[in-house]
Amino acid sequence: MEIDELTIIAGSGKNKEKEPVGRVNLKIGNIVSIVGPTGSGKTELINDIERFANENTPSKRKILIDGSTAPDEFKNDPSKNPIALITQHTNFLSDLPVYEFLSIHAGIRQSGKIESTINRTLDFANQLTGESIILENAMTELSGGQSRALLIADAVIIGNSPIILLDEIENAGIHRTKALELLKDYKKIFFFVTHDPRIALLSDFRIVMKNGAMQKLIEREDKEKRVAEEIKKIDDILSDCRTKIRAGESLNEVDFKNKMRALGYVS
Amino acid sequence: MKVVICAGTPTSGKTTVLKQVIKRLKDKGLRLAYLKIDVQFTEEDELFKTLFDIPTKKVYSGEMCPDHCNVMVLGDAVSWAAEEKSDILFVETAGLCLRCSPYIERALGIAVLEATSGMNLPRKIGPLLALADIALVTKIDLVSQAEREVFRANIMKAAKVDIIETDALHGINMDRIVQKIENTADLEDPLVLRGNPPVGVCTICVGKKEIGWKQHFGVVRPLDGDMFYRGE
Repeated sequence: MEIDELTIIAGSGKNKEKEPVGRVNLKIGNIVSIVGPTGSGKTELINDIERFANENTPSKRKILIDGSTAPDEFKNDPSKNPIALITQHTNFLSDLPVYEFLSIHAGIRQSGKIESTINRTLDFANQLTGESIILENAMTELSGGQSRALLIADAVIIGNSPIILLDEIENAGIHRTKALELLKDYKKIFFFVTHDPRIALLSDFRIVMKNGAMQKLIEREDKEKRVAEEIKKIDDILSDCRTKIRAGESLNEVDFKNKMRALGYVS
Repeated sequence: MKVVICAGTPTSGKTTVLKQVIKRLKDKGLRLAYLKIDVQFTEEDELFKTLFDIPTKKVYSGEMCPDHCNVMVLGDAVSWAAEEKSDILFVETAGLCLRCSPYIERALGIAVLEATSGMNLPRKIGPLLALADIALVTKIDLVSQAEREVFRANIMKAAKVDIIETDALHGINMDRIVQKIENTADLEDPLVLRGNPPVGVCTICVGKKEIGWKQHFGVVRPLDGDMFYRGE
């Protein structure tokens, strides 16, 4: 499915006042973060996008795809929908084995080469999880992290959705840094609802939410890119600690300080 | 008058869907009536009366199979709704053994299926799905985009029906259902059951599909009243 552009035309926030950001234009390849405190309307914004809102949701926002309102087929046939939303609650409830489920979905979305599509999907998902997904297992037997990893891999590779909405991927129990790395290689529009500075600073744009309204649209500047580099280093140290704890190892003060010192943070 | 028959297993979301649909049709100024057929307990008739101030009725099928009960009482119900000068009669019924279906000719048959109920559901409910006009997939907000697509493919394998995915709590895609109802033709006599019930011994099971207890023999029942024996 070919899509070049997505436009959000503002509606109103909780107090019924017009949103300060009137319009957001996004091109394929853009990564966008949606930030703001809990209850500020982040999830409502991605729900509006997923439903191709046309002044028919409480916010009265309008979503345009390539400049026009979404055709009915986007809404009427899930396999023609260019948007995949992965929420914190989205779960697999399917009782089918992983292989069978993926091959049915691949059969709906892709012509030919089902086997190689499934392998690529599984490979993508397994890079995000701690323990590999077994094809014979039922979807419902997957752990939370495995389900989330497979949902993302399925949306990116089998669904090949040009627009992907991810709600708090940092809480998904998957290898978040690896996910960002892998996702960047695909030309899509990614929306991340996030509280995580590393994800937020990786994005080209940040939409700042408050009181149910889009308050600000921030385009990332070079000086912020430099901060992002530093955050990345610290985050890698933390993530290394996390891996060790998970593996049942103990942390060592000298080792930790040496790593921080190598970055220039501990005298 | 149009008739809409909405069937599906308990907790599949029939009532939530009908609440949304009835609200929208009522806002358009249409006169509606509602009948609930259930096995042993239901209070949806009270609910719809309170919410929408429309004439409602319920019938407990009790010992009788609910789909058989539907055949018996639907004739009376159509007359009742006509006396109430209704534009549309809604019949909500819980399928029980899933070997029969409650749909009748020239009425809109809606099968309600939960997206969360397992990918093989479409193959398990036979005529409840196959003889419907629309398969309504509810609770789609709880499953992934991928599962919506696979569930749809499984329905398409099991039956030739229109498929509408909904999240009835949030009113998603309700306008499409409303449109289908508005495009439904008016009911005409004679009222005849769609499809054949499984092989059996009663008049309905052996293929006498005419609607209304007066068309049947053996143990029958009217809408208002108890079961009784009719025949030699």
